[in-house]
Amino acid sequence: MRVVQRVANFLASHLLAVYAAVALLYLLAPIAAVTLFSFNDPVGRSNYAWSSFTFDNWLSLFRDPTLVQAVGTSLRIALISTTIATILGTLMALALVRYQFRLRKSIDLFIFLPLATPEIVLGASLLTLFVTLRIPLGDLTLILAHVMFNVSYVVVTLKARLAGFDMRLEEAAADLGANPLQTFWRITFPLILPGIAAGALLAFGLSLDDFVITRFNAGQTQTFPVYVYLKVQKGIPPQVNAFATLFFFATVTLVAAAALLQRRRANLSK
Amino acid sequence: MGLIRRNPAFTPLLLLAPGLLWLAAFYVAPNVQMFASSFWNGTLEGGFSFSLANWTNYPDALIKYQEQYLRSIEYGFVATLLCFAIAFPLAYFIAFKGGRARNVLLFLVVAPFFTSYLLRTIGWRTILGDDSIILGPLKALGVVAPEARILDTPFAVIAGIAYNFIPFMILPIYVSLEKIDRRLLEAAQDLYASGWGSFRRITLPLAIPGVFAGSLLTFIPAIGDFINAELLGNPGTTMIGNVIQRQFLVVRDYPTAAALSFMLMILILAGVALYARLLGTEELTSTAI
Repeated sequence: MRVVQRVANFLASHLLAVYAAVALLYLLAPIAAVTLFSFNDPVGRSNYAWSSFTFDNWLSLFRDPTLVQAVGTSLRIALISTTIATILGTLMALALVRYQFRLRKSIDLFIFLPLATPEIVLGASLLTLFVTLRIPLGDLTLILAHVMFNVSYVVVTLKARLAGFDMRLEEAAADLGANPLQTFWRITFPLILPGIAAGALLAFGLSLDDFVITRFNAGQTQTFPVYVYLKVQKGIPPQVNAFATLFFFATVTLVAAAALLQRRRANLSK
Repeated sequence: MGLIRRNPAFTPLLLLAPGLLWLAAFYVAPNVQMFASSFWNGTLEGGFSFSLANWTNYPDALIKYQEQYLRSIEYGFVATLLCFAIAFPLAYFIAFKGGRARNVLLFLVVAPFFTSYLLRTIGWRTILGDDSIILGPLKALGVVAPEARILDTPFAVIAGIAYNFIPFMILPIYVSLEKIDRRLLEAAQDLYASGWGSFRRITLPLAIPGVFAGSLLTFIPAIGDFINAELLGNPGTTMIGNVIQRQFLVVRDYPTAAALSFMLMILILAGVALYARLLGTEELTSTAI
């Protein structure tokens, strides 16, 4: 009985921590499931029930050419749309954080609106526009759409990072005779680069993963999520889990590396 | 460059212009077009024609799909409550007890965003399945009936929605909790406030903007979602998102679909406007990530 009492006491005094741990478990459980099932050797076509452990899916990662092509398309669209969105978003964030002008708050809210619009509305409205203008659906429409929703994410991420930016550094550069272009490339840009990288990484991930908007505007183009969706009924090949696991751990590594780099830089400048 | 130096008022405008033009072309224009399309009649093959007399598309669509509309609002509401119940203690723990692990914990919170949304949802199929790690042992122990199911029920859909959008709730709450000046809490303690007292009178009121921002940011994608209803539900859990995507992509009844999604848009804009009016825009636009 004393053991039970002790366990109960421990739980009561650490209730919050236990609750937080359970909540985190809830957040991470499906990721664990996706990863685990990349090592499953499914019986039949569907990969929902565990049967036995295998490395096969990882060794035959490129078996289905349609899947490989879909992954390639996703990466290509993510790369192009992230580049455009990051440039546009960085310029906008700079304007919003560093200048005072009329309508600043309204523009701020306007840029936020796409984030507050359900994806299905974004996707559906773009489709009506493209259909009306007779723009054929495909890679181009996907890039236009992905840049649109990513611009706002880049702006919001960067704005948070730029808030602590010391403007006097720029003034000092100007006092020392640097022209605005020199000031930007030598002072401002290196300082805001980590923020830009964070925004770009987020945009890349969102583009890679987007399904709803893509589904509406893809036409015949198959991205990775569209491929997964089309396979739900017939059974998703376990290689899909392997690719998803690969993406996940690649991102985690990138984020961790970026964080470590930034910390080391902060320590050096101290 | 010369222009910028001579007239600094132009600089923000020039910086903003390309992005704003992009949003005008691919966010505003599509919504205007969708509004116009909701006054169409006709078919994709035969061509659509615009007439204001087609305003009846709205009441027609609303009456026909009121069940799905109400269900979306209901599911969205319950999922948002569920998110709050899970998110607040977690955000509180990270903000106040996280210590050095804070950044790692925050990263774990956003980690689901780095795996495919569809696969995450399908992941729940394996977890909630009929003989899964949850139901399997419960059935073996006789706690639940052998024919009990979680999958393909409203509960699975709501849990799936809550799961998919919970980071939107955690992050704003965390930001508002983290901003609280710890000296206020020390002062309360010095003045003999109990733990609960200082929580109720200091922490909670200061966390309100974050709670509202989080609720809005969770509720919006929740009511527009159709993936969870499709992958985790049954035909009786159809939401408005399922109807919109079917009408657009399968039936191709653009006018009805446009009317349906425009009404969804208005509902959301009203929510954002109300929030901005009551609590200002700063909290909302700065804590989305």
